[in-house]
Amino acid sequence: MKVGLFIPCYINQLYPQVGIATLEVLEKLGVEVDYPMGQTCCGQPLGNSGYESDSIGACQLFVKNFKNYDYIVGPSGSCVYHVKKHFDILEQTDDVKRVRKNTYELCQFIHDVLGITDLGASFPYKVGIHKSCHGLRGLRLGSCSERMDAPYSTEENLLKKVKGLELKTLNRADECCGFGGTFSVFEEAISVKMGKDRVQDHIDSEVEVITGADHSCLMHLEGLINRNKQPLKVMHIAEILNSTL
Amino acid sequence: MAHAQEATTFNENESKVNWHDKALWFVRQKRDKAAFNVKGWETLRDLASAIKANVMSNLDIYLEEFEANAIKNGVTVHWAKDAEEHNKIVHGILQKTNVKKIVKSKSMLTEECHLNPYLEANGIEVIDTDLGERIVQLAEEPPSHIVLPAIHKTKEEVDELFQEHLGTKPCNGDPQYLTDEARKHLRNKFLKADAAVTGVNFAIAETGGIVVCTNEGNADMGAHLAKVHIACMGMEKLIPQEKHLGVFLRLLARSATGQPITTYSSHFNKPAPGTEMHIVIVDNGRTEQLSREDFRASLHCIRCGACMNTCPIYRRSGGHSYNATIPGPIGSILSPGKDLTKHSDLPFASTLCGSCSDVCPVKINIHEQLYKWRQIITKDVPQPIVKKSVLKVTGNVLANSKMYDFVGKSSRFMLKHTPRFLVYSKLNTWGKERELPEVKNGNFDEWYKKRKKNE
Repeated sequence: MKVGLFIPCYINQLYPQVGIATLEVLEKLGVEVDYPMGQTCCGQPLGNSGYESDSIGACQLFVKNFKNYDYIVGPSGSCVYHVKKHFDILEQTDDVKRVRKNTYELCQFIHDVLGITDLGASFPYKVGIHKSCHGLRGLRLGSCSERMDAPYSTEENLLKKVKGLELKTLNRADECCGFGGTFSVFEEAISVKMGKDRVQDHIDSEVEVITGADHSCLMHLEGLINRNKQPLKVMHIAEILNSTL
Repeated sequence: MAHAQEATTFNENESKVNWHDKALWFVRQKRDKAAFNVKGWETLRDLASAIKANVMSNLDIYLEEFEANAIKNGVTVHWAKDAEEHNKIVHGILQKTNVKKIVKSKSMLTEECHLNPYLEANGIEVIDTDLGERIVQLAEEPPSHIVLPAIHKTKEEVDELFQEHLGTKPCNGDPQYLTDEARKHLRNKFLKADAAVTGVNFAIAETGGIVVCTNEGNADMGAHLAKVHIACMGMEKLIPQEKHLGVFLRLLARSATGQPITTYSSHFNKPAPGTEMHIVIVDNGRTEQLSREDFRASLHCIRCGACMNTCPIYRRSGGHSYNATIPGPIGSILSPGKDLTKHSDLPFASTLCGSCSDVCPVKINIHEQLYKWRQIITKDVPQPIVKKSVLKVTGNVLANSKMYDFVGKSSRFMLKHTPRFLVYSKLNTWGKERELPEVKNGNFDEWYKKRKKNE
């Protein structure tokens, strides 16, 4: 099995530790991982802003970089969702179809493809999950509170096996944090209010560490936590799954 | 970015925002409980969506069938191509029957057509009889929600409004007293009205009958007392057969308010002896929306308002911020079809979280349509040059890994070494209330290259 590591642009530039944790977790599980140099971005920021046509070059580059892998795995639900959902702006060649089909979010890959839930990690803290919308309602990483399906959660299944970790239940299990890409700037007031409410839910639920499978949501929440000097830490789920504290 | 401005103003009073958010979240939770108690809820949604898809694909056939059956029942059927024609038809019927006072139960279609000001300008008294609608009518505001028109008003605000307009005593917002007073006031209006206007929740092609759902019985009270009943419906309100009604009635009230069924689901099939019944079927842009393949499913909407209650943006910006008859997620995909320029900000008033699509009882892919409208708007509506060029340049950078690498490195360098007061200037909207991420010494690429070298 040849796995291509997909590190989204903002994780590459701003959160290298998330990329490192992702690679190390996969390697611990015996996966042969290759990181194709020269990758940039899936094009989501442009697509969500209404400029999907300007992102064709980025999308083509993505396909070129990843077309020869059995699986493409990345630590960001929303970027993976974008590849799967919105790459229909490209001509649907066999390469494009294969890349779209084989791109996986990290937790989904570990849980569904490798069939592993216990990664041997330990992390003795009270943790709350921010279930990011694109992972949840786009990739169906878990059941959504709106739908009357049987409850499940890929992230929870993985975190429940982490030694010492106490998973906290939130009042609103899957409310959006208000990041939304350029929404966070163009609709600043609402974005901030939504983020504040999301952070407060974790504080009310006695959470010490907020985690999730999308660091863009976490970046927004962390920005508010740091500005308001709140007693919370933010970590990507890959960092927790890679942890042996 | 009108929505963003309105939302900013709405958010100046944070406790009011919290109250608004909680009130609507309460309704959303009630809906969850009610839906949970229906076995096969998801199957029911599939069924409703399929029935509506069938109606939209055969709308011409069902409309003609409905018209023929309604005429057979003794109902007069009118067709209106737009809002103006609709208003003229309604006014024409009132003139012919010499009506001066009407009572009107809730109908978002008549809001869309601005029927009230039209009739009032022609000397007709129009009284909205749904309590929430009457409240906003007294306040001279449009409804802020399609099911809960006055949800943006606290009971204390209603108290003041009633004192001013209905002469009630101050009561600290006692809901019991206020409702009793509204009831007395409305009863008087019902008794004196010459005609009743209602909306239509479902029109059944097979029978030519219509169904109107209310919780207050106000549609029935109006239609039964007056000599003339005018029912106004958007042409998408059809369902093929009576047997399909059960699917929608089970979904509608549960999705709207968490009730098993609306208190009154009233069937109107023909005029009572000595009275007249009219049905006005309105297009007003619906045919055009039907012709847009990507957006036609927006016409499946049964106006339950569930997408508004679940929408984290609606809950925190209020219905008026959308500046459209139908606010919230569904309004944001319907309104651009009516006036792309006026409503070009609405598809952007969303994080595309997808909660609206998952809650929708008829499974409209609302968030996908929002994404699609965005692509159209940036092409068809003039965009700020700066935004347009920045995104174009970004597209070029992201298509070229060397350029991306260079821009990444220099941005990180600048962010790390620029003094705080410059980074957090007025131009940095992100930084107004949030910190930027702390810049590390290297990026992932550099780390990976180093690791490869040391292997």
